Amino acid sequence: MTATTTPSPTASPRPERRPLTSRILGLWAWLVYLWLFAPIIVIIAFSFNKPVGKFNTAWKQFTFDNWLHPFNKPEYRDALVTSLQVAAVAVVIATIIGGLMALALSKYDFKGKGLVNIVVVLPLTTPEIVMGSSLFTLFFARNIGFGFTTIVIAHVLFCISFVAMTVQARMRGFDWALEDAALDLGSSPWRTFRTVTFPLILPGIAAAALLSFALSIDDYIITSFVAGDRTKTFPMQIFNANKVEIPPQVQVLATMILMFTLGLMAIGAWRTIRRTATT
Amino acid sequence: MSTPQAVQTSPITGPGTKPVIEIDHVSKEFADFTAVKDANFSIVEGEFFSMLGPSGCGKTTTLRMIAGFETPTSGAIRLQGEDVSRVPPNKRDVNTVFQQYALFPHMNVWDNVAYGPRAKKLPKEEVAKRVEELLGVVRLSDFATRRPGQLSGGQQQRVALARALVNYPKALLLDEPLGALDLKLRQGMQLELKRIQREVGITFVFVTHDQEEALTMSDRIAVMNVGNVEQIGSPREIYDHPASVFVAGFIGQANLWVAKVVERTGSTTTVEVAGRRLDVENDRSGLQVGETGTFMVRPERVHIDADAAHPERWTVAATITELVFQGPVVRYEARLADGSTVVAHVPARRDGLPIPGDVVKASWSDDACVLLPGVPAPTKSDTAADEA
Repeated sequence: MTATTTPSPTASPRPERRPLTSRILGLWAWLVYLWLFAPIIVIIAFSFNKPVGKFNTAWKQFTFDNWLHPFNKPEYRDALVTSLQVAAVAVVIATIIGGLMALALSKYDFKGKGLVNIVVVLPLTTPEIVMGSSLFTLFFARNIGFGFTTIVIAHVLFCISFVAMTVQARMRGFDWALEDAALDLGSSPWRTFRTVTFPLILPGIAAAALLSFALSIDDYIITSFVAGDRTKTFPMQIFNANKVEIPPQVQVLATMILMFTLGLMAIGAWRTIRRTATT
Repeated sequence: MSTPQAVQTSPITGPGTKPVIEIDHVSKEFADFTAVKDANFSIVEGEFFSMLGPSGCGKTTTLRMIAGFETPTSGAIRLQGEDVSRVPPNKRDVNTVFQQYALFPHMNVWDNVAYGPRAKKLPKEEVAKRVEELLGVVRLSDFATRRPGQLSGGQQQRVALARALVNYPKALLLDEPLGALDLKLRQGMQLELKRIQREVGITFVFVTHDQEEALTMSDRIAVMNVGNVEQIGSPREIYDHPASVFVAGFIGQANLWVAKVVERTGSTTTVEVAGRRLDVENDRSGLQVGETGTFMVRPERVHIDADAAHPERWTVAATITELVFQGPVVRYEARLADGSTVVAHVPARRDGLPIPGDVVKASWSDDACVLLPGVPAPTKSDTAADEA
């Protein structure tokens, strides 16, 4: 492309045309996008389907019915509410603890820091099935009643690791001289954190919280071990019922979750764009 | 370096006489090394004081101890008579301009400058008044709503200055603030800093490794090396009468020879250098007859050929080994009969300059000679240290 922008007077003028390799690359990119987004497109499409029978798996007819009555199936609605509650509580706890861990790990050098760094990763590398069964054994042996609390504890566990790692990665290269500068100007350590450190690491913390929200909403394996008999999360409800039925409400609610997450990400992206535009 | 004690030539040259900062026998040890060894000096009101030395000399550690980011291992730091050695930085009445400015990237210029007064919970009108005033001083009033990322290096530098001055500190600490700027901008900022210092009348404590910068701006300079304060004095004193071989080599360039003291009469000392005798007037070295020291002549005081017959001058035959054109001066290296090298900076005339291989007369007048305690580094007799 750059060659055509500086035409020499001797070169004959020719229409601007992308070379073949570039067009193949473009086509390839679109194929990869299709691969990535096909399942999501199917979910969104089938949320507008009017199914025959109990399984919303074959395209029949376009309808808004499902979207007009998304909460028609109370067991799915209740499961989704449970999932959102678990996610909300777990994300708040995990973000606070994980964020503080990341802060300590990036700012200070202390004995056993290497060990902490390894331990932080462990919950993410341990197979979920192992983690789930271990937690089941632990709660069972301690005679802790299974339910909302145990699910939250389990979700906080893997979300902490995730938050700590994400925030720590975002803080690499953080200029600690900024804290020195604030202290130097007479700001107390707390005010320094509030007005300098926190606003600057907030995007990283928000991203970590968002991703752990997605992790929590999504988790089936560990949750199924620690949920007990009476509490059901959204993924559990779908999984347990999918031999019997897949009502279109599943797709509608899934699309809602997707839109919600995309919305949050769009806000984040928009803020970043606005900031870079003024910076 | 064999000069453990700092030579305090003329303790006060600043406009005031009241010490603002007293560094009272301060040492700082880290786990594996000693950064500052028994530093002992004071900085007076309104003075432009520089701490100069190569990296690792302890200048930045000393500055950070004054600011409160490091605590002395022993000794005390007093701010207007009050011991602040263990007072946290946010409760000390000194402010810092950081090396990379450390401007808050998420705040605009106005909020950056207002950060200090707001931290001190000053009333809104007072904050606004001070910020406007300081933005005026650094001539950035039109840039108040910009973010630091939208400013040039020089402008960021001036925001950092305004932000640090807005609390009217008892002293302003500057940690190599011009290091990130290119040469032209740096020279402009040197003058700008001097202007601002005169305008606000606050004591400036300036850390740099650039000897030229220190000479240009300072009222007094403390030359530091591996944790020791080697000499404190005005730029002129430090240049003309370095207290040690290190200072002679670090500030400007120097021809150094081993010299043996053979006679002392009053302030004139006769030494034996390269097999010949010569007099050093106004000797401050403190060397006794029979002791060995270092004889120094600055390259710009060495003449090549010109006026060789002048009776006041000490003359020696030398063979030119190298010629480097440096713009305003030509740098010559010439070998003496005893094998030692002399460096001379000669004004770059258009013609008539000798070329390598020529045998010339190198000469200098008596007042160009300085005798220093200690001997030069054994590897070479000429430690003309070029400081970029």
